[in-house]
Amino acid sequence: MSAAPTAQDATAPLDIDPQVHVEFLLQLGDDALILGHRLSEWCGKAPVLEEDIALANTALDLIGHAQMWLGYAAELEGAGRSADRLAFFRDPYDFRCCLLVQQPNGDFGQTIMRQFLFDTYHLALLRMLATGKGLVAHRSFPSADPRIAEIAAKAEKEVTYQQERSADLVIRLGDGSEESHRRMQATLDALWPFTRELTDRDPVRVAAAEARLIGDPGGLTPIWEHEVTKVLKAATLTPPDLSHFQSGGRDGRRHTEHLGHLLAVMQSLPRSHPDATW
Amino acid sequence: MSGEWPLWEIFIRGQHGASHRHVGSLHAPDAEMAIKHARDVYTRRKEGVSIWAVPSSAIAASSPSKKGPMYDPADDKTYRHPTFFDIPKDVGPM
Repeated sequence: MSAAPTAQDATAPLDIDPQVHVEFLLQLGDDALILGHRLSEWCGKAPVLEEDIALANTALDLIGHAQMWLGYAAELEGAGRSADRLAFFRDPYDFRCCLLVQQPNGDFGQTIMRQFLFDTYHLALLRMLATGKGLVAHRSFPSADPRIAEIAAKAEKEVTYQQERSADLVIRLGDGSEESHRRMQATLDALWPFTRELTDRDPVRVAAAEARLIGDPGGLTPIWEHEVTKVLKAATLTPPDLSHFQSGGRDGRRHTEHLGHLLAVMQSLPRSHPDATW
Repeated sequence: MSGEWPLWEIFIRGQHGASHRHVGSLHAPDAEMAIKHARDVYTRRKEGVSIWAVPSSAIAASSPSKKGPMYDPADDKTYRHPTFFDIPKDVGPM
């Protein structure tokens, strides 16, 4: 291990626009929350019992991450809101999740492909936040916010397993039967337009990078592409050749129609009984 | 689909030094997936540090109908139990 400049960064006062700080945490928390909820929709309905449990485990892991990110965001915001309040009482335009995690579950293969494309990005991102591991040496440092580095380190362990699992299943299904290959190629074609947004340098990320909350977020793209190319090749799948990609989730301006429907279900109980407690 | 997957017996070791214990069984297409499934089904609450997966078909079992002849003769032979000895503390669990 080389001596990373952690100590210096951790003790230096954070010089961050509070709004950027909160927005950055919302991006992290909302991705985890929305994908966690999507996966929870499988509970009791997956093709086999073992996969049902595995998907529910992943859902719970992600909702756990969301709790940590949104809890911290709520603290920094200082408006008296909690993680629950942020999760259940915001409207679609206030969410900062990417478009990929909103996509419907479809069949089991679609869920696994979505999971793989996200997991691979998620793992690279968490590693960058926790340890600074990236491609560009002079931008290699853990998040200057020690709390972010800490949450990322905790989440990274779970996501390492999740990514290994989803990559393995993509290979098995892509390089499986004729039918499973056909379905996996179709879902790859359908989801590919949403992948560029994962590693995009949106204004919040750029500002977060300037404040050293994250290393060079552009450095995530080559890491993601390398791993995805490797796995898809083993799965005998080919990404479509696209010139146009979809985005609009990170600033909340152009979410897909699916997000509203998802939130309607996810938020209905707390909104019907706002004062209910366990 | 699950009907086509073979059955696996899962053994988990709870801590270093202890032995693997049978915890249950599950379906999986191969050994690698059996271990992944076992991780999700049986180790969510920090139950283990090591997993074994064994094809159920590889296990030879005694027949329940021969229970009497197999085990009953031991009933009245309490002297076969080492309960009449004081075991020094240093020996640990036996």
